[in-house]
Amino acid sequence: MKETPLSNCERRFLLRAIEEKKRLDGRQTYDYRNIRISFGTDYGCCIVELGKTRVLGQVSCELVSPKLNRATEGILFFNLELSQMAAPAFEPGRQSDLLVKLNRLMERCLRNSKCIDTESLCVVAGEKVWQIRVDLHLLNHDGNIIDAASIAAIVALCHFRRPDVSVQGDEVTLYTPEERDPVPLSIHHMPICVSFAFFQQGTYLLVDPNEREERVMDGLLVIAMNKHREICTIQSSGSEMQ
Amino acid sequence: MEEETHTDAKIRAENGTGSSPRGPGCSLRHFACEQNLLSRPDGSASFLQGDTSVLAGVYGPAEVKVSKEIFNKATLEVILRPKIGLPGVAEKSRERLIRNTCEAVVLGTLHPRTSITVVLQVVSDAGSLLACCLNAACMALVDAGVPMRALFCGVACALDSDGTLVLDPTSKQEKEARAVLTFALDSVERKLLMSSTKGLYSDTELQQCLAAAQAASQHVFRFYRESLQRRYSKS
Repeated sequence: MKETPLSNCERRFLLRAIEEKKRLDGRQTYDYRNIRISFGTDYGCCIVELGKTRVLGQVSCELVSPKLNRATEGILFFNLELSQMAAPAFEPGRQSDLLVKLNRLMERCLRNSKCIDTESLCVVAGEKVWQIRVDLHLLNHDGNIIDAASIAAIVALCHFRRPDVSVQGDEVTLYTPEERDPVPLSIHHMPICVSFAFFQQGTYLLVDPNEREERVMDGLLVIAMNKHREICTIQSSGSEMQ
Repeated sequence: MEEETHTDAKIRAENGTGSSPRGPGCSLRHFACEQNLLSRPDGSASFLQGDTSVLAGVYGPAEVKVSKEIFNKATLEVILRPKIGLPGVAEKSRERLIRNTCEAVVLGTLHPRTSITVVLQVVSDAGSLLACCLNAACMALVDAGVPMRALFCGVACALDSDGTLVLDPTSKQEKEARAVLTFALDSVERKLLMSSTKGLYSDTELQQCLAAAQAASQHVFRFYRESLQRRYSKS
């Protein structure tokens, strides 16, 4: 289904309102929408609602053989899916650009910043490591997918418990949840993405753009930071900023 | 400006004893339903059966690709997404079952050359997944205002190795059962719309299960009715 086009008068209205420092939902320029996080019954399942944008996150794990050049590290795999429920325009063949961009940003933010200790995921060096898979599903698109997705990913990873493993010489024992309590992942820090929509070469910046504001923005700046004020990732796309 | 019509009816219907251990063949797990929870789809519903939860979103009647359009009725499409991993053959087969059920019930001839898309997302799976998907799809179609000739519901039952019937089985009960049967029943005359079975069972057992499912569907339809009444009576 095609996306409903944005009319010119709506576009002009939004831009004029932003120039006067007003937002349609009454927020200030640096206000975030309300965040609501709820957990499911399985370990590693969470639903994050950022205003009306909704993301479901689920973490799962599996024992696999490690990559050849990283024999002592576990594998982290992220998969963000734009469900067809989220917006009528998200058809299977049609969203590749946005999807690749979002997935790549998620990977850089979470994998390259080394927030999860991958060395602790190693069971037998060179043979068996844990592969942690994070599946994120966008359920409703009301702007700012990347922030909601990064929150869902890090919350699901903190909530997740993997089965306990013990290694004695050559013998590896994998315990079921009934035998031994599952073990949490070791997380160094929690990077969260914050998006800024900018208009007119950076003269006007809005935090947490909603869907309408995203349609009229000139460019998007995403900064991922953690609690210790360290920047994990920066990405700027769209037109130039001065 | 559009008004916030975010009325959600959260009702728990308890039928007999909803918690385990359950008596043979009498009770369903307690269920809850919430409608209109997503802003983008035309209709949306979340259906909970015990620990199994499915979220459904409906878009329609909407534009359809020329290659897929049918000249005299609406094109119904069902998409089921699992929580972990990519969708596989099991999802495709469930999508087809749900689509056949919906096509039997939705009045597609009122909207020719349009598409009605039902998207289902598994939020948690603790047994009776197909039945929960059917219920969520029905509630979402009602929320979207798609014209239907009847409502439908899904009921699952499992047969033990010694022949005991358990309605709405949990995943543990499904694994240990000899046969698992899922039925889709319509609301007007409790007729059978769809049945999907797995395992070994006899002819009489099939009739028994069908009768038990028809009795249980009464509870589900009463729950639908109460939930919709409560939702619309607030305003």
